[in-house]
Amino acid sequence: MTIPFYVPPEQQVRDKAEFARKGIARGRSIIAVDYADGVLLLAENPSTALHKISEVYDRIAFAGVGRYNEFETLRKAGIRQADLMGYLYSRDDVTAMGLATAFAQTLGVIFTRDPKPYEVEILIVEIGEEGGAEHRLFRVTYDGTLYDERNFVAIGGKAEQLTEAIADLWEESMTLERALEIGSEAFQRAEGRESEGWEAAVLDFSHGRRAFRRLTGDELPAR
Amino acid sequence: MIEPTGPLPLLAPSPGSSFTDLLDSMGNRPTFSFPAGEKPPIAPEGTTVLALRYEGGVVMAGDRRATEGNLVAHRRIRKVFPADRYSAISIAGIAGLATEMVKLFQVELEHYEKIEGVRLSLDGQASFLARLVRGQLPMAFQGLVVVPLFAGYDFREGRGRLFSYDAVGGRYEEIDFGSTGSGASLAKSYLRTVYREDLDAAEAAELAVKALVAASQEDTATGGPDLTRGIYPNVIRVDSDGFVELEDTEVAPLARQAVEAIR
Repeated sequence: MTIPFYVPPEQQVRDKAEFARKGIARGRSIIAVDYADGVLLLAENPSTALHKISEVYDRIAFAGVGRYNEFETLRKAGIRQADLMGYLYSRDDVTAMGLATAFAQTLGVIFTRDPKPYEVEILIVEIGEEGGAEHRLFRVTYDGTLYDERNFVAIGGKAEQLTEAIADLWEESMTLERALEIGSEAFQRAEGRESEGWEAAVLDFSHGRRAFRRLTGDELPAR
Repeated sequence: MIEPTGPLPLLAPSPGSSFTDLLDSMGNRPTFSFPAGEKPPIAPEGTTVLALRYEGGVVMAGDRRATEGNLVAHRRIRKVFPADRYSAISIAGIAGLATEMVKLFQVELEHYEKIEGVRLSLDGQASFLARLVRGQLPMAFQGLVVVPLFAGYDFREGRGRLFSYDAVGGRYEEIDFGSTGSGASLAKSYLRTVYREDLDAAEAAELAVKALVAASQEDTATGGPDLTRGIYPNVIRVDSDGFVELEDTEVAPLARQAVEAIR
């Protein structure tokens, strides 16, 4: 029997974190921004087939950056969890808070237990009831840390630069058009180049029970 | 045995897009069976629902009564539901089991759409519903029967389509109309005499209400419109614009007209 080398836990965590961060930094970023009738999610995504943004439940959406197969696994697990809760109890009992903590716990377990951590960062976004509670923007990192953000949030390699740019541009109760404008402007500033393609979706009060809708064609910002 | 990774169901039964399979795998879908010779419990039964195709879509309607033996159990029960944005389901039989089947079917369709990113085809939906009905077979042997009707707009074929079922999960596509429940044969006899292929949506809704009223005249389990209490049949239509439920204010004149036409 071979005896494994002793690696101090600090070293192990540092190595894993660095590994995960490198993986995430390679991917393109995503932002979520409040506007008058809901929340806009905007991602730079040259593919029109592989989505990074998706519907989870009536008023809840998911977005992920990093390794596609890993955030796709998380996305599906989130949908399963949400649909199970909604079926066993009531649709009102499915909340972004509950889902975000479940994602955080799961990512935390994977980070500490598995040899390779997930190279992902995810967003869970929920719009409040119309005219009622405020929107929820949760960000969960590769190690399961959970952040509760206000008004706007960015994830991915350029998250810091994007957050800075949006903080500068964001206004209260924007129209969707304006939100798209400042979104693409923020990407322009953070990346210092033109976008290679957009993926966008909204959670909007006006869509009834299922608030999620993808924006297509003309609705997307020009480059 | 793999240790669970936090609270999220990361692993799902293969192929992984079915909510029903997920429920089964977690042991959350109990199936009942009764000891031989035991009588099943008495439970309310939903009665007559029907659907007919018109140019561009399908109209579906159901009366509002549930019966328990010779008693009226509920006067305002709902038997017609949206399945997804472009399909509808209605049910006859043991009301408690039937509404649960509808709920499961609705979640199943939405779950598939979210997981896969595309809606299940109308054929796929109809076929899955057959599986749900067949899953009730042990209960059907005990006399607890649930029989649905299913309709939707098929974008691949560009037309409204309608499916009827039997208690063992047999699925039959109807080209004109279908009905299930205690008053089904009466409703179908009526529709047989008045049905045309070139109906429009309004005419189809009118015929649907008339057929329910006709059935209620001969079948005590089928509830006719209750004009004094303001209880009217549920009438919906699905076409390429999706599922639309008619308001009571739209159904009321049809119901009144249908009742007055009967002597």
